[in-house]
Amino acid sequence: MWIAYKTIVVKEILRFSRIWVQTIFPPIITTSLYLLIFGGLMGERIGPMQGVDYLHFIIPGIILMTVIQNAYANTVSSFFLAKFNHSIEELLISPVSYWVILLGYISGGIARGFTVGLGVFIAVSFFVDLQIHSIWVVLITFLLTAVLFSLAGFINAVFAQSFDDISIVPTFILMPMTYLGGMFYSVDILPEFWQMMSKFNPIYYMVDSFRMGFLGSSTTDFSISIVVLLSMILILATVAYYLLKRGINIKT
Amino acid sequence: MPNALLISDLTKTYANNVQALSQVNLTVAQGDFFALLGSNGAGKTTMIGIICSLLHKTSGEVNVLGMNQATQLNNVKRMIGLMPQEFNFNPFEPIEEILINQAGYYGISHRMAKIKAESLLRRVELWDKRQDIAKSLSGGMKRRLMLARALIHQPKILILDEPSAGVDVEIRRSMWAFLKELNAEGMTIILTTHYLEEAESLCRNIAILDKGQIIEQSSMKKLLAKVSQQVLILESAKVLPAVLPEVSFEAKRLDDYSLQVILDGINISSALNELSKQGVEIEHVRSAQNRLETLFLRLTSKAG
Repeated sequence: MWIAYKTIVVKEILRFSRIWVQTIFPPIITTSLYLLIFGGLMGERIGPMQGVDYLHFIIPGIILMTVIQNAYANTVSSFFLAKFNHSIEELLISPVSYWVILLGYISGGIARGFTVGLGVFIAVSFFVDLQIHSIWVVLITFLLTAVLFSLAGFINAVFAQSFDDISIVPTFILMPMTYLGGMFYSVDILPEFWQMMSKFNPIYYMVDSFRMGFLGSSTTDFSISIVVLLSMILILATVAYYLLKRGINIKT
Repeated sequence: MPNALLISDLTKTYANNVQALSQVNLTVAQGDFFALLGSNGAGKTTMIGIICSLLHKTSGEVNVLGMNQATQLNNVKRMIGLMPQEFNFNPFEPIEEILINQAGYYGISHRMAKIKAESLLRRVELWDKRQDIAKSLSGGMKRRLMLARALIHQPKILILDEPSAGVDVEIRRSMWAFLKELNAEGMTIILTTHYLEEAESLCRNIAILDKGQIIEQSSMKKLLAKVSQQVLILESAKVLPAVLPEVSFEAKRLDDYSLQVILDGINISSALNELSKQGVEIEHVRSAQNRLETLFLRLTSKAG
């Protein structure tokens, strides 16, 4: 099983590495622009947020946004293409267990999220003096976020019937959730009702924890964020495994 | 010794209520070279899909080398190598990588997989193309790639769904030689094909599937013996008479030098003697149609 898992992961890493111009480079450029415009140019006018200057405040959120988008994009496009060109049959006829297939694809999503997230971190380091309050909080939050969104991308790919279907969710659900999850602002500044609503958005917990890892301050207890993320991972992993085992949209 | 494949009462009804297979029973012995024939839509690919776990069955049982697919799925999967009808690889992956990855799914280490991939790619004459992406290969090369991939984990049973589609004559002949070699080494081969000549020259046993049911299963020899009628084209060195002489079999003048004869219950030497006595000297004889094709058409049209 270990060899099969390693094979899927290496295949996934090679897949996104070969097309680095599409997968790794653009998010680094886009993110650098975000930081230049929102942090560098507009940040001085906005003033400090959660006790730090605006540029430092938004950096963790923007890095996490790239992790979310890339972890999701990797599994959704890779699994959908495997369905589309029928290469998924290579796995289905072989004795690889469904858990290993799922874990392999999720690991591919984590690898891409990590590569791009690290790329953004390095790019940002050239312009901003970045400090990490707790590397463990940063790494744990990154890992849970990447797992959660890789799973979400996998489920999207199972249901997708066309290329349109793999862009609808990121555009109409993922992007608003990311922007409304406190990436550019602290939820403290929202009216009470919207503060409460934000707590139904899982991205809020991820951004908050990730920011705590960098800045040392958060609006929610870290343990609550971990429980929320682990619960969501458990739910999505169960759904993804069920879909794969039943062969929904894969086997007739 | 258990059968290589034992299918009992296999039924498949798709979600749109199309019944692709209906109570199919089929037995393939170990070491056999078995042909599964049928027209388009007869249910051959559905049956293969179920055997290889790519499709859900509606009911029935599949046993492979004495192992029940429902209870020993992973062991069954290890025994089977599949070369499907449609190309089913990532077209952007280099071909050597496709083989190494497939080996990895069966738990074969990267080092061993590389050795096996080299040997198979050399055997199917694709070694020089190993770094090329699959998309750049010709149709025939893609088929050979899928054959090599099906063999990477050394299966006991090889299932080939239309292996010769789009393959030129020379490559087809070399592929046949390779398949005969594998079969001689003990591998059970199950083949579906539209080239009836392919089935006739390779396979020892045969089943004909029509509208989701097996309508004939026997040895190739016995089946071909059922075809007593032979249609032959005879060619003469001299110009044939405008009106052919009276003979005891059906003969039709095709042009100045050739005629078509239909022999039913009469052998070829008697027919040639008869023509010779009438002053028609024949230089060449060739078959106008494939015997298996005749029988196949007869059986499937009868079933319809």
